[in-house]
Amino acid sequence: MGFQFFMEVLIGGLLSGVMYALVALGFVLIYKASGVFNFAQGAMVFFAALSFVGFMELGLPFWAALLVTIGVMVLLGMATERFVLRPLVNQSEITLLMATIGLTFVIEGVAQLVWGVGVRRLDLGIKDVPLPWLADKTGIFISQLDVFAAVVAGILVATLALLFAKTDIGRALRAVADDHAAALSIGIPLKRIWALVWAIAGIVALVAGMLWGARSGVQFALVFVALKALPVLIIGGFTSVPGVIVAGLIVGAAEKMAEVYVGPKFGGGIESWFPYALAILFLLIRPEGLFGEKIIRRV
Amino acid sequence: MSIQLHAHARAFPIGATILQVEDVSLRFGGVKALTKISFDVREHEVRAIIGPNGAGKSSMLNVINGVYRPQEGTLSFRGSKLEGMTPRRAAHMGISRTFQNIALFKGMSVLDNIMAGRNLRMHASFLEVAFRLPRALREENENRDKVEEIIEFLEIEHIRKTPVGRLPYGLQKRVELGRALAAEPKILLLDEPMAGMNIEEKQDMCRFVLDVNDHYGTTVVLIEHDMGVVMDISDRVVVLDYGKKIGDGSPDEVRADQNVIDAYLGVAH
Amino acid sequence: MFYREAGQFRTSYAQDTQIFPLRQDRLAMMALLAAAFIAVPLFASDYWLRALLIPWLIFSLVALGQNILTGYAGQLSLGSAGFMAVGAFACYNFMLRVDGMPFLVALVLSGLCAAAVGMAFGLPSLRIRGLYLAVATLAAQFFIVWALDKFAWFKNNDPSGVITAQPMKILGYSFASPQAKYILVLAIVAGLALLAKNMARGATGRSWMAVRDMDVAAEVMGLPLMRTKLQAFAISSFYCGVGGALFAFAYLGTVEPSAFTIDLSFRILFMIIIGGVGTILGSFLGAAFILLLPILLSVLFHAVFGKIVDASVTSSVELIVFGSLIIVFLIVEPHGLARLWQVTKERLRLWPFPH
Repeated sequence: MGFQFFMEVLIGGLLSGVMYALVALGFVLIYKASGVFNFAQGAMVFFAALSFVGFMELGLPFWAALLVTIGVMVLLGMATERFVLRPLVNQSEITLLMATIGLTFVIEGVAQLVWGVGVRRLDLGIKDVPLPWLADKTGIFISQLDVFAAVVAGILVATLALLFAKTDIGRALRAVADDHAAALSIGIPLKRIWALVWAIAGIVALVAGMLWGARSGVQFALVFVALKALPVLIIGGFTSVPGVIVAGLIVGAAEKMAEVYVGPKFGGGIESWFPYALAILFLLIRPEGLFGEKIIRRV
Repeated sequence: MSIQLHAHARAFPIGATILQVEDVSLRFGGVKALTKISFDVREHEVRAIIGPNGAGKSSMLNVINGVYRPQEGTLSFRGSKLEGMTPRRAAHMGISRTFQNIALFKGMSVLDNIMAGRNLRMHASFLEVAFRLPRALREENENRDKVEEIIEFLEIEHIRKTPVGRLPYGLQKRVELGRALAAEPKILLLDEPMAGMNIEEKQDMCRFVLDVNDHYGTTVVLIEHDMGVVMDISDRVVVLDYGKKIGDGSPDEVRADQNVIDAYLGVAH
Repeated sequence: MFYREAGQFRTSYAQDTQIFPLRQDRLAMMALLAAAFIAVPLFASDYWLRALLIPWLIFSLVALGQNILTGYAGQLSLGSAGFMAVGAFACYNFMLRVDGMPFLVALVLSGLCAAAVGMAFGLPSLRIRGLYLAVATLAAQFFIVWALDKFAWFKNNDPSGVITAQPMKILGYSFASPQAKYILVLAIVAGLALLAKNMARGATGRSWMAVRDMDVAAEVMGLPLMRTKLQAFAISSFYCGVGGALFAFAYLGTVEPSAFTIDLSFRILFMIIIGGVGTILGSFLGAAFILLLPILLSVLFHAVFGKIVDASVTSSVELIVFGSLIIVFLIVEPHGLARLWQVTKERLRLWPFPH
C-alpha cells in the first residue's frame, strides 16, 4: 500500500465528502430558513433524479427536462411548506421531524408509483474513468466523473455561501432563520422567502441527485444517502454552509480511510456506521458542531 | 394594598445567617450579569430582591441554586463555603425554587407535578415500583399524604387531576409553589411568584408565602416587582441595578434610599 | 347512562390511583383478558393466530419499549430495531451455547443484554438531546446490525447468515402449535405491559415525564438526570430485546441481522405516534394499526381493482398512505388513537346527554 494508494483513497474520500456536503446543504438551507429539519431531503434527492431521468426518457431534451424537474421540485417544496409545515408551525422539533419522516414515505411512494421501480442510468456525458493525465504523471487513479461532480458541487456550495453572506436576499434569509416574527415585523415577505428557500433546496436536491445518479445509478438506495448527510450536519453544525463543506470533507475522507485501513480487520462494511460514531464523538466534545451556533438555554 | 402581618409574635424568630453571598460575579461572554454582589440571608426571614428589569435578579437566584456558575465569588451555607454548587446539590441541601416562566411538567397532572417534588424522599427502585412491592406502595401513600396537605394548604383540591397545561396562569404559579414546597425546603427561592396576577390572586399568593414562612419557618428569598407586596411581606430587601447592588436593608430604609429612587425613576447614569 | 361513576367512591389513595378506577372498566378488562386467553385460542384460525395476533402482540411489546423511551422519557430513539436484533440473537446464543437453558431464563437474559447495549448507546443522551440524540441512536442501529452480521460467532458461523430459532420449551412442554405460541406470547406481553403501566403511573414514570417535559426543573428538584435517562434506555431496550427474541422464536422462526432495518425502526416510531405517545394503550393500538394497514390496503385494492394490480403499486400506495397518515395524525390528533379512545370514553360517560 503505497503513497499513491493513500492519495487515491484520500482524494476519493474527499470527493465523496463534497457529495455528502451537497446533500447536507439541502438540509442546512431548510433548517436555516425555517428551523425545520427536513428528513425528507434524501427522498427529494431521489425524486429529483428519478423525475429528471423519467422526463428524459419521455423524450424531453436535457435542458427541458432539467427545467421541468426544477419546476416539479419547487412545487413539491411549496406543497410541503403549505400542507406539512404550516399546520405544524408551533409544534416541537420532534413532531416536525416525525412529520418529515412521514413525508419521506410519501415521496418515496409517489416516486415509485409514478416512475416505477428499477435502476435507471443517468448519463451526464462524462465517463467514470480515471483522469488520464493524472494517472500518467503520478500513477494515481481518480475518476473524472468524481472530479466533475466535486467541482460542480463545490461551485454550487460556494455560490450559496456567497448568496447568504453578501446579498440582500441572503440577509433576508438569515433574518427569517433567526426570528420569524421579527423578520415579519420589518417587512420581510416571509412566504416568498420560504418559497425561495424551498426552490433553492429543490435545485440543490436535483443537482445532488443528478451527480449521485450519474455515479451509481438512480435507484432507491439513493434515499439512504441522506442518512449519510446526518453525521455531516452534526459535525458541521446545522446552520452553517461553510461548516457543511468542511464537515463533508472530514466525513468523506475519514469514512474512506477507515474502510480501507481499518475495515479489513473486521471484514469490511465499517462505512455503514463509522460516520455516525465520528458524529457522536463530535457531539460529546462540541455539541453545536464545528461551525454551528452555541445554544444557550435560558431558564 | 396592605396586609396586617407579623401582628403576632413570630413562631420562628429570625435567626443567624443561613446563606452568605460574597463578591459573586457572573458573566455571559461580554455581558456582565452580576458584579461583586454580596449580601446575606438570615434564617426564617423573607428576603426580597428587587430592581429594574435586566438587573440580574434571576441570574442571582440561578447562582444560588447552582444553575449558573459564577466566575468569581463564593456562596456559604450556614457558615461553610460551598464549592461547586449544582442544581442537584442545592436540592439535596434543601433549596427549592420556582421559575419566572413557569417550569411545570406540562404533560402531567397537578398531583403528579407536586408528587414529583417529593422525589428526594422516594427511594424505591423501578423494580419495586413495577411489581408494586410493599416499600414502593408505602412510599407512594406516605408521600401522597404530605402532598395532599400541600394541596389543601394551597386550596387546589378541585384541580388535582387536571393536566397543568390546561390551567390558567395564576393557578399554574400556585401549583409551581406547591411543587417547590413538596420538598420541604429550608430555603425557598421564588422568581416573580406574583407576575401576571390580579389583586385577589396576589393577596392569596402573599398569604401562602407568609403562611409557609410562619408555619414551617421556611426562609424565603423572592424576586418581585410589585412594590406594595415587597414592602408588606419582606423583612429585608436587596436592590440590584445593572448587576450591581445599590441597596440593602429594611423595606423602609430601601424605600428612602436616593440611589434606589434614582434607579427606578431612571436618572441618567 | 351505563358507563358512569355515580355511586363509586374511592376511599383510599390506592383506590384513587388504580389502573381502572371505574368498575365498568375493570369488568371490561377482565372480560377482555378472559376472551384473549380462553376464547381466542379456541376459536381463532391458525392464520389469524400466526399472521395477525402473534405479530401484533410482539410489536405491541416493542412499541411499549419505544414508548417508554420516546413517549414517557422524551428521548427520541431511532434504534429500536437494533435492540430487537440484540434480543433475538442473544436469545438464540444463550439457548445454543448453554446446555439445558430454560427458555424463559434465556428470554430474560437476552432482554438484559439488550438493556446493556441500550444503556451504552444511551450514554450520549447525557449531553445531547432531540435531533442529535436521534442521530446517535441511528448509530446504534447501524452498528448493531453490522456487528451481528460481521462477527459470524453470533450466527454460529452459519454460512447462510440466517439463524434458526430453537423450539420454545418450558418445563418440558414444547410451545410449537400456534395456539401454544399465542398463549405464551400473550402471557409474556400482558405481564410486561402490566409492569410498564405500574412504572408509568408510579414514581418511575413521574421521573421520566419530568425529564421529558422540563429537565432543568427536574434537576433543580434533585432528580438524577443521568440515572433517569439511562434507566429509560435500559428498560426500553429490555422490552425491545424481549420483543426481538419473541419475534425470532415465536413468529418468524428464522432470522438474519438484515431483517432489523432502519425501516423497521421507523415503523415502530410510527406505531407510537399513531397509537399515542406516552400511553400504554397507544402501543397496542398503534401496533395494530401499522400491522393491519397493509392488509387492509391489499384487500381494498383486490376488491376495487381485482387482480390487475401488481405488488409494486400496492407497496407504493402503502408508503403514501402511511406517510400521509403520520402527517395527518400529527396535525389533527398528535396524541394519537389513545386520545381518541379517551375522548370516546368521556362522551360515553355523559351519554345520552351531550355535555
